[in-house]
Amino acid sequence: MLDGPELNAPVSDGSVPDGSVPDGSALTAGDIRDRVRQFLAATNPVSTPRQDFLHARFDAGLAWVHYPPGLGGLGAPRALQVVADTEFAAAGAPDNDPGGNAIGLGMAAPTILAFGSGKQRKRWLRPLWTGEEIWCQLFSEPGAGSDLASLGTRAVRDPGGDWVVSGQKVWTSLAHQARWAILVARTDPDVPKHRGLSYFALDMTAPGVEVRPLRQLTGEAEFNEVFITDVHIPDADRIGEVGDGWKVATGTLMNERVAIGGMSMPREGGMIGGAARAWREHPERRTPGLHDRMLRLWAEAEIARLAGLRLRQQLAAGQPGPEGSAAKIVFARLNQEISGFEVELAGAEGLRYDDWTMRRPAHADFFGRGPGYRYLRAKGNSIEGGTSEILRNIVAERVLGLPSEPRVDKDVPWKDLPR
Amino acid sequence: MSIAEAEAAGKPGERAPDLLYSEAERDLAGSLRSLLGARCRPEDVLGRLGGPGQADRPGETEPYDTVLWKAIAGDLGCAGLLVPEEQDGAGASFREAATVAEELGRAVAPVPYLGSAVVATTALLTVGDDLTVRELARGDVTAALAVGSESAPGAAFPLTARVSGPKSSDSRAGVHRLRGRVRGVADALSADLLIVPSDGVPHGLYVVGTGVEGVRRTPIVSLDMTRQLCDIDFEDAPARAIASGAEADRALQAALSAGAAAIASEQLGLADKCLEMTVAYVKERRQFARPVGSFQGLKHRLADLWVGLTQARAAARYAAACLADVDSDAPLAIALAKSYCGDLAVRAAEECVQMHGGIGFTWEHPAHLYLKRAKAASIAFGTSDAHRASLARLADLPGA
Repeated sequence: MLDGPELNAPVSDGSVPDGSVPDGSALTAGDIRDRVRQFLAATNPVSTPRQDFLHARFDAGLAWVHYPPGLGGLGAPRALQVVADTEFAAAGAPDNDPGGNAIGLGMAAPTILAFGSGKQRKRWLRPLWTGEEIWCQLFSEPGAGSDLASLGTRAVRDPGGDWVVSGQKVWTSLAHQARWAILVARTDPDVPKHRGLSYFALDMTAPGVEVRPLRQLTGEAEFNEVFITDVHIPDADRIGEVGDGWKVATGTLMNERVAIGGMSMPREGGMIGGAARAWREHPERRTPGLHDRMLRLWAEAEIARLAGLRLRQQLAAGQPGPEGSAAKIVFARLNQEISGFEVELAGAEGLRYDDWTMRRPAHADFFGRGPGYRYLRAKGNSIEGGTSEILRNIVAERVLGLPSEPRVDKDVPWKDLPR
Repeated sequence: MSIAEAEAAGKPGERAPDLLYSEAERDLAGSLRSLLGARCRPEDVLGRLGGPGQADRPGETEPYDTVLWKAIAGDLGCAGLLVPEEQDGAGASFREAATVAEELGRAVAPVPYLGSAVVATTALLTVGDDLTVRELARGDVTAALAVGSESAPGAAFPLTARVSGPKSSDSRAGVHRLRGRVRGVADALSADLLIVPSDGVPHGLYVVGTGVEGVRRTPIVSLDMTRQLCDIDFEDAPARAIASGAEADRALQAALSAGAAAIASEQLGLADKCLEMTVAYVKERRQFARPVGSFQGLKHRLADLWVGLTQARAAARYAAACLADVDSDAPLAIALAKSYCGDLAVRAAEECVQMHGGIGFTWEHPAHLYLKRAKAASIAFGTSDAHRASLARLADLPGA
């Protein structure tokens, strides 16, 4: 069902200052290291004000080295980013707090790079990377979850060629902090659902945007509901062609799945580490049944870690495969099983919950809180970013080539669909 | 890489060995797949096991395809992958050996690769029996380690055979005699030589020819029809000692570890082939006027199998890499790979039978060959449960 564009397609960029197109693909780890050291010699990482430092790093092409020159990068291989990050961290340089702008960095930026105009890239990518402008994602709606393409937020063109948008979005993390949102809205209700969508950047400070916290079953509110009432969006903030919103959006979703499944960590670095520590610390809680589960979960978690390592090796070797779709399915199931195991292992302690207070965390806190929280929060892992059921459909249809279920909505104009 | 170098590179689990297939491995796998595609198709394997009239007499058919083995061993050089070039081998590593096992698993090929080129060869390389290693590497002879096929790494030294002392007619020095019985040995029916662990003072490893008086192999009607087992009786069989005491222990453990790691790759290949066959079938088979593969009830199970394969591949490659690099994490890697790949292969073969429906339950369809191999191999070299249990020690997760 997802017809995403090729990820990481080479982007020819006309914004190179001197007009030439330097080929950064031949750069080596040593080259990157040299450039970072030269940069640090000229820009003191400790005495330079944080924002000034980040601006300078971006302008030197050392922000995301695989991005094109002029847009924070050098056109270098993606695998060399870690070299730059390591050098900066070792020098005690301030970072751009990537955890605080995960959607901007992981989803908005690649989309803007792949589909945005030269002007849009210039306007948005620099403050996005430095963290001056936080981004959120306005995709899901109360009536459009797994069936995202059925969404009903309407964008109507005004006589001046700009857009007036109305609708309701849901499950929006960071909406209360975001300056910008990536938004998918329906621009043509008279064609079948996938064809009538367009993709925009929405200024979250525009009149008519209202953000309300959405409290989740853990007690806190990582997410928001966003109500959009007659909000004006300039046509200049449309990303991609009118009617191409689905193509642009699926590119973004693929980035989300890669971001969720592709993290690097040491053995016992994930949720299994907490369970293993609890097992070692509490011999009195061990039973044969729990032992068998402990060993199974440890083995599966370690193998999943190795599979993630292998996935990154494939990407680094230029052999991208479909294995990334597997990572999120595995990650969701393991998080749920491990956290459930941990609550049981805790016994009477497992009956206590740390805090039901309505708080506003920026993201899930799997390492700072108790097993009860982990158990509840992990329930979201198989829903957010594509349910595990939808991911299985994608694997079955796109990887294995199995036929799709008969579709009743394929050729019907969106406005005539039963709802 | 030596163990010292490996340890210098970081703590186990923090190093990042290459888990991909090298170009040489992909070439080797491609050649082998072409050969097997021409000479070891499922119908060929089924045909060897006899038509309906012979099905109840598997012991009377030739269980191993010796002609195919000559091609794999000699023409492709697979018999000597683990053997250095100066000993007439290919000088490859365990990664290549595992890749070959994966291809042979895809074809449930009835050849003694695992028993001879991996297990027996590893034992002989460990003790430094140069002459026999060369014979094996060239593919001139095959050998089997005379232990029950269920023997796992870490098993106690088997003592069911024992040294019985020379006969009065034994004029030459160095000839020993073995007595006893070893049950359920894999890849021994086609073997020219047996490597026999035997009791004695001290215990040791002995080489015995299968063609001599005093060695009797009795075929077992085996669950795995493509890797038939036999019981072996030694009645004062003439034997040559190749290792004793700690050296024999070390050789036995190395051989069983290599076998467990290689059979994990074999199971990976088998599971991959089962998924491939099943996906192809559910795309073709129509019921309710649509391909049965369009029903989510099947699609999601097949997607889960594919997800399992991505995990199994990482585990199998990690075990192969650890053995190739003499990594101290190898015991843990083998326990992970053997338990995971063993379980996954059984599930893949069971789903293959189920999703083929009626045809999958017949003798004429090859699904059962895969099911039998998968189930038997999940017991060979230690069950999944036993390998997970060893993680209690290897990963510091002690029991109740």
